[in-house]
Amino acid sequence: MEAVIEMRGITKTFPGIIANDKINLDLLRGEIHALLGENGAGKSTLMSILFGLYQPDEGEIFKNGEAVSVNGPNDATRLGIGMVHQHFKLVQNFTVLENIVLGVESTKHGFLSMDDARTRVLNLSEQYGLSINPDSLISDITVGMQQRVEILKMLYRDNEILIFDEPTAVLTPQEIDELMSIMKGLVAEGKSILFITHKLAEIKRVADRCTVLRKGRYIGTVDVASTDVEQLSEMMVGRKVSLVVEKEDAVPAEVVLAVKGLTVRNKATGKSVVNDVTFEVRAGEIVCIAGIDGNGQSELVYALTGIRPADEGSIKLSEEDISHATVRRRSNAGMAHIPEDRHRHGLVLDYNLAYNLVLQTYFTPRFQSHGFLRYGEIYSYADELIKRFDIRSGQGGRTPTRSMSGGNQQKAIVAREIDRSPKLLVAVQPTRGLDVGAIEYIHKQLVAQRTGGAGVLLVSLELDEVMNVSDRILVIYEGRIVADVSPKEATLQELGLYMSGSKSNVGAGVGKEGPEV
Amino acid sequence: MKKTRKLIISVGSMNALSSILAIVAGLVAGFIILLVSNASQALGGFKTILTGGFSDMFNLGQVLYYATPIIMTGLSVGFAGKTGLFNIGASGQFTCGMYASILVAIKCSFLPNPLQCLAALLAGVLAGAIWGFIPGILKALRNVHEVIACIMMNYIGMYLVNHLIKVTGIYDQLKNMTMRVPTGANLPSLGLNSLFSTATEQGSVRPSSVGSGILIAIIACILMYIILEKTKFGYELKSCGFNREAARYAGINENRGVILSMVIAGALSGLGGALLALAGAGRGIAVVEVLAGEGFQGIPVALLGLYNPIGILFSGILVAYLTQSGFLLQRLNFAPEIIEIIVSIIIYFSALALLLKGVIKVFFQEKDGTGDANKEDGDGGDG
Repeated sequence: MEAVIEMRGITKTFPGIIANDKINLDLLRGEIHALLGENGAGKSTLMSILFGLYQPDEGEIFKNGEAVSVNGPNDATRLGIGMVHQHFKLVQNFTVLENIVLGVESTKHGFLSMDDARTRVLNLSEQYGLSINPDSLISDITVGMQQRVEILKMLYRDNEILIFDEPTAVLTPQEIDELMSIMKGLVAEGKSILFITHKLAEIKRVADRCTVLRKGRYIGTVDVASTDVEQLSEMMVGRKVSLVVEKEDAVPAEVVLAVKGLTVRNKATGKSVVNDVTFEVRAGEIVCIAGIDGNGQSELVYALTGIRPADEGSIKLSEEDISHATVRRRSNAGMAHIPEDRHRHGLVLDYNLAYNLVLQTYFTPRFQSHGFLRYGEIYSYADELIKRFDIRSGQGGRTPTRSMSGGNQQKAIVAREIDRSPKLLVAVQPTRGLDVGAIEYIHKQLVAQRTGGAGVLLVSLELDEVMNVSDRILVIYEGRIVADVSPKEATLQELGLYMSGSKSNVGAGVGKEGPEV
Repeated sequence: MKKTRKLIISVGSMNALSSILAIVAGLVAGFIILLVSNASQALGGFKTILTGGFSDMFNLGQVLYYATPIIMTGLSVGFAGKTGLFNIGASGQFTCGMYASILVAIKCSFLPNPLQCLAALLAGVLAGAIWGFIPGILKALRNVHEVIACIMMNYIGMYLVNHLIKVTGIYDQLKNMTMRVPTGANLPSLGLNSLFSTATEQGSVRPSSVGSGILIAIIACILMYIILEKTKFGYELKSCGFNREAARYAGINENRGVILSMVIAGALSGLGGALLALAGAGRGIAVVEVLAGEGFQGIPVALLGLYNPIGILFSGILVAYLTQSGFLLQRLNFAPEIIEIIVSIIIYFSALALLLKGVIKVFFQEKDGTGDANKEDGDGGDG
């Protein structure tokens, strides 16, 4: 097989950083080629260069053996390079068909002629087994469907090199299965796929070859079939990583959190987003709330932590009724909260690291007296946490929080919340967007809290995390708890079915929204 | 080179640099306007703009006199800005404060001298605080946008004061403005007016209008700096301003923060009005249907000072300096309005400070930003 795309010696530097250092990549016709690396390894930069968003300082790109220069996304499209971005670029209130033709509309005398486009889209969807309804609004269809629309957009433009940027992050296990078979179907039809990911299991499932980057450097290209997951992770991180969280069996003790009949309604529509939820968390166990994004997890956590009031029901934190307590009272009563969105809730990015580390405790006598902040104490406390939790920061406590990497920002939040020795730790997607090393670290901290006698409520969208870390799993679907299972007994497939509502599920819906011919 | 680049890109110096760039751009534009209107006098005119305020002690005194109220309104806008609120109501707060202090100064002449002045100052602070409190509580309880509420309070304040001046019997019909404040109620000049004075050709001394007001304004700046930077209260207010969601997450009572911030902002503007009324230069409130300009000048002063109380002190003095130079431009047969154009351009550019910051960054960082490329990678899973 000949190479359709060759990237030779690509180097790209930004002031102070070498994002790509002499990177080689060759993509063969009809293969799925995985691009593996941690956050900051240079995957996005390399793909941005291929897609024409950046110009390389050195190195060349060859298409079918001919040197080409890609000066922008339009050039990329002309060369047949298409990309499905991690966050879809779709117009929510346009139909599927309108989104697909957007930018390359065929017109007759200045008027849109959608009929030809419709025929072509339907043909393509049949050819590649991507069933869609061209007249559905994007806002009405599932995330998995939206991804199909993105794929069809590339096919409609006759792209033959398809870049998928972390495509599985937003999908359920069933949808991931479908995506994998779609990808295999695409290469069978002669397309070539570049698959960016940091999930090793997926590489093993679909990829033919895998190129590994680490800290901007090219580590190597391996044949996936003859390489195991441990080797891949070692190439990626540069050291051995334990992929399985080691922990002893839970010894649940007294109840630290008792939630009864909790209901939260959407203010505008009056619809219950959290619907009559009842559960308990005991000291010494990690209870995980699993579910697809947007099934009421955020609202449930807001109600538990007091960020927004619950409409009905009661919440008890070790015997104390905190149903109507303020955030501050809950926090003082022993509730710690690692929030879902570290930039929105967890940190004041304009404050330095030390100020962020006392965000929950600045008012205690240790850090203020007579209303004046005690700088000495704040900065020495910051130094202590930085050391103990290995928070990498250029200027210690005075590091601007905004300048820190996502992993270290998250470490700072984890340090702050854990160091208060909470009775209950509410951790919402604590490893979101982090690389393998940081994930390993945060999982260890959660388990340490549990073993130390705290109750941990983990809200996660990552099924691997759910299965690995938790002692008990609650599945949430449309605001209701629909399952209470043990990770030892449940299978991934079973969880996936619960998460999507039922066994004859709608969420993954093959065929259900098929085209009306 | 690397070191200087780092220094320039550091947040603080970049902020200052963008303000300086705004000033330079404004001056250059001003010079062009001078050239267009009268090329032969342009150089002299430009020299007057640059050095006019410093030309003698009298002019310097006038600069400080003009600076006092706009430092206070600038501080008012800046303080609210640190809490994430846009206090466009400084004008109304200023007018109300000025009215209240004139009223008390005239009506409470039975009080002994220092008390009379103090009571008038307090009345101004109080009136301004009330005028700030109303938009604050509307924002906190009913989520009414403070800009809307503040604009309405500006007009309510202006018309109400116009009415009250006549009703409360402090109306001077001849001048169509408030009566003169009794000399005893004025702020002590502490000899500043004779320090900043010039001997005229006839041999008499011409004192400037500056008094202890400027000292009070400086103290207010320092005080606000301490509150914002050194106290728990300031930490809470800034948390609300930088990231309201995070403040709520940390259990900070943001509604209390919003109300207190607006009350303090209003009090500062009100004090500004009182300082002008009691300066002893005979300024009163004219009964006309015009919003007080000092309140709006506070906005550019705050922007140019980057919301920093100490920065605002200097930007207030700068704007006053240019205003004073503008009077002197008339000697060269230039319209004094030219100086207003220059100040406007500086303000315009300072409002574009964010954009200028971007320009500086690009200039020193080559074409495409590091930040973005790495951020995309580093935060891949976010959003």
